[in-house]
Amino acid sequence: MTRRPTRSAHRRRPLVAVVVFPGSNDDHDAAWALGAMGAEPVFVWHDARDLPDGTDAVLLPGGFSYGDYLRCGAIASVSPVMDAVRGFAGTGGPVLGICNGFQILCEARLLPGALRPNRQLEFVCRDVNVRVESTSTLFTSRCDEGQELILPVKHGEGGWFGDEGTFVGLAARGQIAFRYTEDVNGSLGNVAGVTNERGNVLGLMPHPEHAVDPLLGSADGGLLLAAFVEAASHRALAPA
Amino acid sequence: MVVRPKQGILDPQGEAVGGSLRKLGFSVGQVRVGRVIDVDVDAQREDEARAQVERMCADLLANPLIESYEIQFEGS
Repeated sequence: MTRRPTRSAHRRRPLVAVVVFPGSNDDHDAAWALGAMGAEPVFVWHDARDLPDGTDAVLLPGGFSYGDYLRCGAIASVSPVMDAVRGFAGTGGPVLGICNGFQILCEARLLPGALRPNRQLEFVCRDVNVRVESTSTLFTSRCDEGQELILPVKHGEGGWFGDEGTFVGLAARGQIAFRYTEDVNGSLGNVAGVTNERGNVLGLMPHPEHAVDPLLGSADGGLLLAAFVEAASHRALAPA
Repeated sequence: MVVRPKQGILDPQGEAVGGSLRKLGFSVGQVRVGRVIDVDVDAQREDEARAQVERMCADLLANPLIESYEIQFEGS
């Protein structure tokens, strides 16, 4: 027998844990955008051993965790909370890493590849066009294949790299979710965002949370975040 | 330990330093920029220390996808 969600479950806003590391600085923008998409964001400090009860999704925000010391995201990737994030991802829970969050997920080996310093040695800070390469991920369910999104980037170390076998495998399995339509930072294959094999963990360098209102130049990031929150709400409704 | 970008991996920092050296008139080929990490390790023997440092490199200090490393020891 299928259990039907109760009316109160329908009303519960999906709980999205926004992990805060020392040096995170897009955490509040991310929380604001998630709230605008109907989620209930909750901040989780990096030294927490567990995610809050009832967490339906996890977001790793942008910033400069640990001052980008050693390698961007490296020190954050071994924070206590990352074991909980790894466990949550292992159950199929949606995990989104934006910019530094992407770097952290790669360093934690939750996503394939690594982010290198930009080829042009410049911090790049502008709107870019990002093409949706795969609509089979939970993050891109509201996009059309080939659709171009306008999203801002702001990073010094955003050149994605994977060895040739990794790159070919990712492309074949539809794990390359987004590509830039131009060379933005020396990223291999102009990769802007990749997912894990299961498709429930996404990392991308562009910032969807800064593009959720036409007044800010673009609302295209809302397509991605709304799909993320929708996936979280499915989890909120799922029988325990 | 010395951690440096793997051969064949783009090293924009090394390229910039190389370009600057050439502007100064030095005739240099490829330049690669890495980092040196000094760690005091409490161990009785070198192989013990080596095993510890190897684990440190694998877990945190180097990213094997893009970096290689060498370990050097100084006893005291």
